[in-house]
This record gives sequence, structure tokens and C-alpha cells, in this order.
Amino acid sequence: MEALIEKLKKEIIEALNLEDIEPEDIKADDPLFGDGLGLDSIDALELIVLLEKSYGIKIEDPKDGKKIFYSLRTMAEYISSHQKK
Amino acid sequence: MVSKDDITITGSCRITGNSAFLNGEPYFSSAEKEAFPVFMKALYKKVGPGYPKFYKMDPLTKLGFISAELLLTDNARTGLYPEQSRGIVLMNASASADVDRSFQKTIEDKEDYYPSPGLFVYTLPNIMAGEIAIRHKLKGENTVFILPTFSMEFLTDYVDLLFETQKVTCCLAGWVEVDDKDYDSLLLILEKGGKKKENAYKLPFTKDVLENLYKPD
Repeated sequence: MEALIEKLKKEIIEALNLEDIEPEDIKADDPLFGDGLGLDSIDALELIVLLEKSYGIKIEDPKDGKKIFYSLRTMAEYISSHQKK
Repeated sequence: MVSKDDITITGSCRITGNSAFLNGEPYFSSAEKEAFPVFMKALYKKVGPGYPKFYKMDPLTKLGFISAELLLTDNARTGLYPEQSRGIVLMNASASADVDRSFQKTIEDKEDYYPSPGLFVYTLPNIMAGEIAIRHKLKGENTVFILPTFSMEFLTDYVDLLFETQKVTCCLAGWVEVDDKDYDSLLLILEKGGKKKENAYKLPFTKDVLENLYKPD
């Protein structure tokens, strides 16, 4: 799980162009949106694309996104439990 | 009735060829010929707006945004006028073709079809005007014209009309062009007479003056 979280940090920084952010700046349990990294709705869409492109996971119900993308850990847990390939 | 003679340039920002000039004076230049993204990032660090969204912008919006940032720091000039009458008039030749091509790459392969939302949102040149408007509270008339070349005559005529019909009391105007490796901008702050507060930098808004500001180094 921790290895996946570290991998996700780098992927998110690259996918969302977070150039002033270092992987160690992102804590596994901190919120990604709102007071956390301050991501916006377009970033949320990019995260959906990232899940599908890198992990083959398609989010069927957009309402699930709030829970899945709450933090790096919730993302990693979702990937671990849904990844097929 | 306002005539062109009443409109003055109270700020200018010229960016091209790895150099940025503010009010005619050298502001920043990279030592070596660098690619646009590297130069823009270095210029952003120099300007230091602390606006991380900058990194998400497409190249055209980055160029327009950083030019406006240089000109409108602390809203020193535009802050003198009501937000609702602060206008934006921008022009370029390639519209958003640069980011259009980047987006196209994300959808052209049916086997690797992942349209990028982050690129898609910038596939209109008006987005550049919108980003600047939001950042600096320029809530008046805003327009982006697409023309083959920088028509200074068109710009002076159009801006003159905006002032004359009282659509604007101040205006951010100019040319912002990015196409692949080429980039080129001249952005101006325009005021009607600049009477509210004297400004050290004050030039008449004429085609001759624009040509002089736009000329290659």
C-alpha cells in the first residue's frame, strides 16, 4: 500500500502539473481537495482519467469520486480493491 | 467626446525571444536561448505571483497571464477605475491552436483515447482573457480578436471606440501570440488621459508609438 501511495504522489504531481509540490509535501491522509492540496474540479476529472489510463479502473458513478479521491490513501485503497490488470 | 489623443499608454510589457521588457526597460532575460516552458517558468519565478494555477495553464494563457501580472501588480493603475469598466482587448493570429494540437494528441489514437480535461479547458483563446480578468478584477468588456498579424491600426480604432462609447475607463490591450516554439507579446495599460493619477510612464496611444514598442530589439 505504501509503495502505491508513493507512486501515486509522483503520478498526481505530473498529471496535475503541481510543479511547486514535492512528493514529500503530500501526506497520505491529508485531503486532496479543499484545504489540502487545493485541487479543483478539473483536477478531479484528470484524476478520473489517471485511474482509467494507468490502472484500468473506470469510475461508473461520479458520486463515488468524493470518497475515492478524499486522500492518497483512499485512492490507493480503491485501486488495490478494484484493479484487474 | 474622447479622441485617440486622450488615450495614453501608462504601462507596457513586451515579451519575446527569451526577454521581457517592462515599460521599455529590460526586466528579465535568460542567459541562454531556452525553450518557451523553461523561459516562462524562470520568468514566473522572477515575477513571483505565488499563483500555482499558472502551471496548469496552456502556453498562450501563461504568456498573457505573466504579461498582465507584470503590468498590473497591486492594481496600481487599473485599481483607479471601477471594476465593471476595466476592459480587455487582446489579439493574436493562432487563437488557441497550440493547445488545440496538444489536446488533439490525447484523442487521435482510438486505442489510447484519454481526452485531457486540463488541456480541453484552454482550447479557446478567450480563456486567456478570462484568467486575466479573474486575477485582476477586470470585469468590463473583454474580447479576443484573431487576425493574421498584429494590426495596430485595428487595435487603436477598436479601443478608441470602447473609450468613446464609455464601455471602458481603462483597458488592458495588445497582442499575445504563441504557436509551437514561437511566442510574442506586447501588452499595454490604456487610460483616458491618465488624469486621475499622474504616471511617470505615459505615451500617446498611436500607431507610431506601438510600432516603436513592438519593434524587434
